[in-house]
This record gives sequence, C-alpha cells and structure tokens, in this order.
Amino acid sequence: MLVIDDLSKQYATGDTALRGVSFTLQPGQLLGLIGPSGAGKSTLIRCVNRLVEPTGGSIRLRDVTLSSLSGADLRKARRRIGMIFQEYALVERLTVMENVLSGRLGYVGFWASWFRRFPEADIERAFALLDRVGLMDHVDKRADALSGGQRQRVGIARALAQDPELLLIDEPTASLDPKTSRQVMRLITELCAERGLAGIVNIHDVELAQMFLPRIIGLRAGEIVYDGPASGLNAEVLTRIYGEEDWKKSSQSEEETDSAPAGVASLSLDPAAVR
Amino acid sequence: MDRNVASPLPLPARVWQRPRLCKNAWLRWGLTLAAAAYLVLAVGGLDINWARVSEGLVRAARLFAGFLQPDFNSRWDDIRQGLIESLTMTVCATVFGLVLALPIGLGAARNIAPLWLYGICRSIIALARAFQEIIVAILFVAMFGFGTFAGFLTLSLSTIGFLSKLIADDIEEIDPAQVEAIRATGGGFWQVMDYAVASQIMQRFVGLTAYKVDINFRESSVIGIVGAGGIGATLNTALDRYEFDSAAAILLIIIGIVMLCEYASGWIRKAMA
Repeated sequence: MLVIDDLSKQYATGDTALRGVSFTLQPGQLLGLIGPSGAGKSTLIRCVNRLVEPTGGSIRLRDVTLSSLSGADLRKARRRIGMIFQEYALVERLTVMENVLSGRLGYVGFWASWFRRFPEADIERAFALLDRVGLMDHVDKRADALSGGQRQRVGIARALAQDPELLLIDEPTASLDPKTSRQVMRLITELCAERGLAGIVNIHDVELAQMFLPRIIGLRAGEIVYDGPASGLNAEVLTRIYGEEDWKKSSQSEEETDSAPAGVASLSLDPAAVR
Repeated sequence: MDRNVASPLPLPARVWQRPRLCKNAWLRWGLTLAAAAYLVLAVGGLDINWARVSEGLVRAARLFAGFLQPDFNSRWDDIRQGLIESLTMTVCATVFGLVLALPIGLGAARNIAPLWLYGICRSIIALARAFQEIIVAILFVAMFGFGTFAGFLTLSLSTIGFLSKLIADDIEEIDPAQVEAIRATGGGFWQVMDYAVASQIMQRFVGLTAYKVDINFRESSVIGIVGAGGIGATLNTALDRYEFDSAAAILLIIIGIVMLCEYASGWIRKAMA
C-alpha cells in the first residue's frame, strides 16, 4: 500500500540524510525503523507526509503519489496519514479534547475550527477514542497537566481521530519510562490491529522493537542495511546497523543490572571495540 | 602570566581559577586604572554652583509644600477634560495599534513568513521604534496641530512598534513540534496559526497588551507637554501658571491610574497563566 522508491534527501546544508531508500509496506503491516542517531529515520518518515521535502525518488500511498502533491491535495493526503511524536507534540495550552479534535482539522473549515464547532460525529469519535485510550477523566484538562504516558495517549488519540490508513510514529517511547513504554507500544500495536492500520515506527530501543514489531528495517547513514523479520536481528546484523559493540554481553547483563542507572550496562564494552 | 609555576613539591595541588574576562593582566589592570583615573578627573571637573543649588532647594521646597496640599477643585473641569482625553487616547491608540500590530507581527516572524514579507515587516517595526515618543509627538503636532489626534497617532505608532516586535519575537520562539503536529493532521495555514501558533503566544500577547495600555497612559501624560493634548497638557498649563497645588493633584491622579493599570495588567497576566 505504501511504496517508497529510491527516496533520497539532501539538506540545504549539504548533509545527505537518505540515499536510495526503497521498500514496500503491506496493508496492516507494522514496520520498525531502527538505526543510530542521524541515520535518517526521522527524515524518512517526515518525507512520507512531506513535513520534509524529499530531493529524489517517489512515495506512493495506494494510488496517490505523495511526493508530487502540493497545496490542498497535499493537505487532503495528510489527513489519511496520522503521526505520533517523540515529545508528544501536543498543543500544551489546549485541552485534551481540543488536541484530539485537532486531528479533524483537515476535514473542517477554518471558522468551524476557530469557534471549536466540530461536527457531532467528530466529537463522538473523539470521546470514543479518549475512552479507548483510557483518558475519559481528563477530557477538559489542559494537555500540560498530564503525565508523559497520558500525553502520549492523547497523541495517539489525535492521530487516530484523523481516521488514517497509515501511521507514522516517531520515537513514541523515547521520553517514557520502561513500563509506560511497553504499555504505549502495546496500545499502538493493539489499535493498529483493531483497525487494520499500517505503520512505520522509528524506535531506538531494539528489544522493544523486537517485542512488538514483526518487521524491522535497519538504517545506517541514510541507507537500508537490513530489511527482514525482527527475529533476524542477531549480533552480526546489529553491528551492520550500529557499528561494532559487544551485543551479546549488553543484552545478557540487562536483567542483572536492572536496578543500576541507565548506561551502566552499555559501559561493559569490549576493549577491542573501543577505537 | 598568572599560570602556576612548576612547584618543587613532587605532587603539587592543582590550581584552578575562573577564566578572566581579559586574559592579559596588563590590559585588565590598565582598564581598571583608566576607569578610576577618569572618575577622579570627571568629579574634579564638575562645576557646582552652590548658590544656585540653594536657590533651587528653596524652589523645590515651595513645590513640595504645594504637593502637600493638592488642590483638586479649582481646576477640576480642566483636569477632568484632560483625563478623559488621555484615557480616550490610550484606549483608541492601543486598539488601533493592536489591530495593525497583529499582521505586522505575523509577517515579521521568520519561521512563518517568507523572506520578502519578513524584510518589509521588520523595516516597518524598525521605523516605528526609531524615534522616542516625544519626538514623534512633536512631528505629529507640527503636522496635524495641537490636540489629541496627534497624541493618538503617536501612541498608535509606538503600540505598533512595541507589540509587533514582541509578538514576532515570541512567534520565533514557539515550539516547532506543535506546528509540525498540526500541519501533519492536514490543517490549513490559518488553522496552524490558530491551533499551533496563537495558542502558544496568546498568554504573552494578552499580558503585553495590558502592559502596553499602562505604558500608553503614562506616555499620554508625557506627550501632552509637547502639545499632544490630554492630562499632560493640563499638567503643563498648571506648572506654567505656578499652580503647584493643582499640578500636585494631577500628578497624584496620574500615579493612582498608573498603579491601577499596573495592578490590573498583573492580575490579567496571572489569570491567563
């Protein structure tokens, strides 16, 4: 349903973020995008809804070529692509309900949205979504009054309010604690399964990705270096994606150093790997 | 120069000093000495005429004596007229300036306006802020004659300069992620402005406007002195006639209203938070 062909992006500063990225996403498929910081993960998903302008290649969603749209057509296409952000990107000073309803902005006119006169069906849908993500008690609270996990649920509800067919999910758990991270990932995968949504998930946490996402694409320096099942992520593949590191040791010692501060586990480097 | 020299001890304690503003010690001490020398010379050069100071003190005493018995009554009609003019000027100029400042402020924010519009709007702001209100008032009085209209124009111009610059600077500092999120939903340009931009700056904007009302009232009493009408003109007349008791009444009223404005704008800002 989503076909990305030979996508490339070079920023005005001369940095090449993506070079010749091609892959196809099937309907209802969840895809994890992993790779070191700066590998182009964020750029890639932002090229899909054109928050970032690609400099080469094409992107097709069903029969629409996203990469050549502009103006009203582009906004119309964006309605069908929901996005969930790392730092939630909620409008902090608006209420939870307004944030969820902002997912409908592509469907209502300016004055209706200005006076917050959304169609009844939209409001009904927003209530149903808030109920589904467990935030019925917080409808009229301001977004900045919620905790991290609650905010990300609002972000998810906003994306789903768009009635999307594709979700772009940018580091959904990077600002959350491990337990909340799992809950949010579980919620996202459940909702995608319920609605048959396809999604691309940028994610830093390899274990979390393996736990929830069936297909993984590994990106390194703007190029795909792995595309396959999550079960295929072994030490050799991880080295190809992230560079040399004692992968076995750090994942084994995860359990033992659970109470230790984050980062301690990754200090157990193989001296030979440090150059 | 003040680096620690190698110590004869086998394990010298390491010395750390905050980096100096001027690394060169000669320059550092030279500047300090030069400043001190200038201060001494400047104080020595002051020509104080103690006879005139004592005369002035006598006059100041008369002035303050007048202030101790403010007279609200004998010139009340003039005072009332001046107050009404000043308040009208303040409110009209703030509203008018605000209406013009909004689009200019939007255009002067680099993160939402194209470069050509940014250039135009920033130039307007620079022009509106170039001159002090009194100079602008003198110009407008020369153009449109004495009275409140010149004052209204002066305050409108200063409101445009003040509000549009601060709005633009605020917009440039908003959180871009919220803008990105609203754009990603398929919202149009004005919907993005409403949901992602206005919601982020609204509180500051209302606070700044309330603050500007307060400033404009104070300015209105100053520009009256150069002929732009209002309570300032009344005050000027009172001082010209040596009616210090009436002048005192006017000053007290100005102080009262300014304090009221300040309290109100503080309250509004707190209520908006």
